[in-house]
Amino acid sequence: MGINMKRFDAIRKIVDSVKDEIIVCNIGAPSRELFNIRDREENFYMLGSMGLVSSIAFGMAISKPSRKIWCIDGDGSLLMNLGTLSTIANNQPNNLTLIVIDNGSYGSTGDQKTYTSKRTKLETIAKGAGFDSITVIKNEEDIIPALKDLGEGCHFVKIEVLPGNAQVENISLDPEDLKHRFMTSISK
Amino acid sequence: MSVDLKLYKAIKNSGIDLILHLPCIMLKNLLELIEEKNEIPHIPITREEEGVGIAAGAYLCGKIPALLIQNSGIGNSVNAIKSLLHLFKIPIVFIMSHRGAEGEKIAAQIPMGKLTLPLLDLLGIEKFVIDTEEKISNIETAVELSTSADVSTCILLKRTLWG
Repeated sequence: MGINMKRFDAIRKIVDSVKDEIIVCNIGAPSRELFNIRDREENFYMLGSMGLVSSIAFGMAISKPSRKIWCIDGDGSLLMNLGTLSTIANNQPNNLTLIVIDNGSYGSTGDQKTYTSKRTKLETIAKGAGFDSITVIKNEEDIIPALKDLGEGCHFVKIEVLPGNAQVENISLDPEDLKHRFMTSISK
Repeated sequence: MSVDLKLYKAIKNSGIDLILHLPCIMLKNLLELIEEKNEIPHIPITREEEGVGIAAGAYLCGKIPALLIQNSGIGNSVNAIKSLLHLFKIPIVFIMSHRGAEGEKIAAQIPMGKLTLPLLDLLGIEKFVIDTEEKISNIETAVELSTSADVSTCILLKRTLWG
């Protein structure tokens, strides 16, 4: 069966699955889409620093072992920071799920193709880096059960989607306010 | 007490509770002490910019993180320093060896060595130069400034510190 969803659909299913997990989301369209689907105090929208969302999530995971961390990354951004997969997998936080929404393109800048649209398989790279589990999802209806089944560990989930952004509003939060809101919420 | 042990103790007493590090020959003994004593959580990273991201995540979850790196790595971190640390006012402490300066024998180190101080000024990062043992106490001052004012600071370790 061919790919039947876009990033927006995937994020909606991720949000439908979330309980009290911290969500750290990639720069640009993914963060805007998440913000518009459901803004929560435990969401951290990375507004700049493309490539670093997985590293930020890892820093949270090792510093807050009592909480589960879900990181929403993308193919273009992860390709900028592949070394962090080794750092994450070798330090084995038991509370981190790296969800890479792979649309084979740089979605926030006009859908220029990334190398995952050709030969590169991010799940193979993650496996080589040493993640505890690797899951590849191609159907929207598989997202909720897959996320539900993940227990403790350091998991890599790739969701294959079609290119394309939803037409949504920009994030209205001031960066410093966002920081304070997030820090207050997780220290409760 | 050796210079490296004094550095180690100053870092520990400063409240830093996570060290993200890459190797440097000038930091060899300090890195070995951190590993051997195993009192401060410490994690090897693959690139300095990645370390800025990890440190930011750790800070957001209550840690006082430091990057222990060579000065070449500040160049690898420029965008993250501005569009992550400065944008959100996330303070982290850079502890850097200063290669490419006094007594440098490797030509390739010199361009970044020369750029390091002006680059820190341009980035708006307050610097604490430690070139003698007496100045090691500046580590605690730098960390205090970082945590109280939400600003990143840089502790620059000069070769002359080791004599």
